[in-house]
Amino acid sequence: MNRFAELLDRLVLTPSRNGKLTLLIDYFRAVEDPDRGLALAAITGDLSIASVKPAMLRMLITERMDPVLFGYSYDYVGDLAETVSLVWPLAPGTIPNRVPTLAEVVGRLQAASRSDGPQVLARLLDSAGISARFAIIKLVTGGLRIGVSARLAKQALAEFGQVDVAEIEELWHGLTPPYTELFAWLEGRAERPAKAAMALFRPVMLSNPVGDGDLEKLDPADYAAEWKWDGIRVQAICEGGIRRLYSRTGDDVSGAFPDLADAMTFSGAIDGELLVGDPREATGTFSDLQQRLNRKTVSPKIRQQYPAFMRCYDLLQAGEEDLRALPFRERRSRLEAFVGTLDPSRFDLSPLVGFSGWEELQRLRQAPPHPIIEGVMLKRWDSPYLAGRPKGPWFKWKRDPHTVDAVLMYAQRGHGKRSSFYSDYTFGVWSGPEGSEELVPVGKAYFGFTDEELKQIDKYVRDNTIERFGPVRSVRADRDNGLVLEVAFEGLNRSTRHKSGVAMRFPRISRLRWDKPTREADRIETLQALLDRRE
Amino acid sequence: MRASDLLHPRPEGLYCPPGDFFIDPVKPVDRALVTHGHSDHARPGHRSVLATRQTLDIMGLRLGPQFAGTTQAAVPGERIAIGEVSVSFHPAGHVLGSAQIAVEHKGTRIVASGDYKRQRDATCAPFEPVPCDVFITEATFGLPVFRHPPDTEEIARLLTSAAQFPERSHLVGAYALGKAQRVMRLLRDAGYDRPIHIHGALARLSEYYQSQGIDLGVLEPATVESGGKADFAGAIVIGPPSAFADRWARRFPDPISCFASGWMRIRQRAKQGGVELPLIISDHADWDELIATIRQTGAGEVWVTHGREEALVRWCELEGIAARPLHLVGYEDEGD
Repeated sequence: MNRFAELLDRLVLTPSRNGKLTLLIDYFRAVEDPDRGLALAAITGDLSIASVKPAMLRMLITERMDPVLFGYSYDYVGDLAETVSLVWPLAPGTIPNRVPTLAEVVGRLQAASRSDGPQVLARLLDSAGISARFAIIKLVTGGLRIGVSARLAKQALAEFGQVDVAEIEELWHGLTPPYTELFAWLEGRAERPAKAAMALFRPVMLSNPVGDGDLEKLDPADYAAEWKWDGIRVQAICEGGIRRLYSRTGDDVSGAFPDLADAMTFSGAIDGELLVGDPREATGTFSDLQQRLNRKTVSPKIRQQYPAFMRCYDLLQAGEEDLRALPFRERRSRLEAFVGTLDPSRFDLSPLVGFSGWEELQRLRQAPPHPIIEGVMLKRWDSPYLAGRPKGPWFKWKRDPHTVDAVLMYAQRGHGKRSSFYSDYTFGVWSGPEGSEELVPVGKAYFGFTDEELKQIDKYVRDNTIERFGPVRSVRADRDNGLVLEVAFEGLNRSTRHKSGVAMRFPRISRLRWDKPTREADRIETLQALLDRRE
Repeated sequence: MRASDLLHPRPEGLYCPPGDFFIDPVKPVDRALVTHGHSDHARPGHRSVLATRQTLDIMGLRLGPQFAGTTQAAVPGERIAIGEVSVSFHPAGHVLGSAQIAVEHKGTRIVASGDYKRQRDATCAPFEPVPCDVFITEATFGLPVFRHPPDTEEIARLLTSAAQFPERSHLVGAYALGKAQRVMRLLRDAGYDRPIHIHGALARLSEYYQSQGIDLGVLEPATVESGGKADFAGAIVIGPPSAFADRWARRFPDPISCFASGWMRIRQRAKQGGVELPLIISDHADWDELIATIRQTGAGEVWVTHGREEALVRWCELEGIAARPLHLVGYEDEGD
């Protein structure tokens, strides 16, 4: 348990992806079965333990210590799980002589009934140190919140076993904690686990961006073009009576889209884009789509207002037949016939875009017929469906990003290599009536600049600081002083969380405008107009 | 006589009328008794200063040789008469030279703890409980959430991380007097025998510690002249916390920022400070040490100062010990 607790403590404070991977891989190396598999399940969210409510936790602690002292403590720390882990008193005379293993903790929690759950938890807390108590409480209250996605955990497994992450993703849903057979395979002690379950995820095929000079080398006649829809790439699979909707990283998202899952009455595997609306009438915008994302439950009202449907790109499996080795041309005609048999309110075909040369496609790309299109896809007519991101068969050619000239307002120190640099920038645009304009923050960016530019901005921040709040500095920014940043972004959403009412997607610094006076930076209306155009 | 006639707070600091002296005054006074060398307790400009030999030496190093009119070295455990009052210094276990000050007059004894801790520390004499009527305790970590783990465990975590990330350097923020040397010594006791790189601000005090017989091993200045970026790969570098946010830190390869402080017990504190590897190593008593010490002194009355007074006062009330907060101004938190 202590090693798992230590892993959580380290992961939550390690900002870099590589640092997290090292920590995870070392953990998988150092820890034996079944503990490491249970830790993996806890991180990927595949560990099921009956949850304990915060009120129950509070009751357990105030039975054991003065409520006033607990109140002072909780006020200071601000997090219930952490406070309880710190103040938990050991019964007089008891010194935990052996901290239980993760497997023992999970075993006892899973065996606990509803009525004896709190007492089982209390006994576990009695037997553990501070870090382990925190980890135990996190397990029972659900949600580790350590900044590690299931995808990153799978990447760590792949590096641990020197295999492609696609192989892990393909197997994942057929496996259950503690994943003993998976670790045995990754350590070279056993064969690759057989794909036992039905409706398993197929690793998706991804594309490369069109780079400078790429197109000149390609013959337009070799490629099909389709719109690149800005929804969520999904895979819908029905096999042996089992239906699954997967995200592109292999997470099962069926639960969030029951309306679409209900309409999956075929036998096969389709690759496509999840969007909202009714494909026969209108496709919703990204803001509409967001109404369906990150929800624990989907109310009937939301389902009715924002119905989910799938715009189909590819057919990977039809009945018993695996089509992935066939050329795209053939899969496409099979797909057209296949989609024709499905519920037209839930499935439609992603249309091909006819073109004769790259210039013509370039014009179409710049003026797409729908706001949720973010560019075009190019797919070689003869390409098989390959896992990963092979160079050559598929390209994405995105619409040029939007840009806005904004003023630097706050800068925050970075982490790791950048810990002595002010490298995270909050920027704003002008708002308010003429004569009393003020800056409203519209986003935050921490990449897009060169190392040399980073040094220059850092110096600028240090020389123009007006206030400090911990690692954040407020930078002089008014009508006459300040630094203008050209910010590129992929899109805008309405936001109630931000004062400005907008939230940028993928903002990055595209140019430093040392030459530009701050009063000539953009106004909020420019961004609002962009939003209005999209809706 | 009432205890508060023997010692009570004044704007300059804690004052003793029958002896006409102040303990750790924050403003220049005629006669000052100083518990230890941290800058918020040991200030320049007093006419006379009474402190342990080591505290006087440290004040000289930090404030310059002319830091006071006259000085007198207090030998730990020996009684000194000041006016009608008898005072004695007793080890506090906080940093090298640190002492509690016992003040006795007409059968009443008050002990002012200064800052103290109870964990073993090879860089200073251990705390000695002194029986007293009134115990004036610090309360920097006076909340039940502060429970310091053994310092050896924390150093083991640092060494594990150094082995795990050999291509990066570990930058340990530690207060220049006491904490830094303790971290060095803990590393040595854990078998770490590579040179430890130090920020310039630590040099003189570390040298002084070595001259007092505390072996810190080979210390090297962390200057660019002493090596290129690659030479700091895998290195452990110790410096004052403020230096790591500074441009100074750019000479190190992809540093992991570590901070040795009792505050690191709270995750959010570590997170906000951008600390990747918090090391819970403190010069102050944690909650369990505070309450154990109060019991050990047998004091019937406790005055609680600088820190989180209310929780400790509450605990004393529950234990049936008279307690009140003593509002002294001008003392800082550890390492912030």
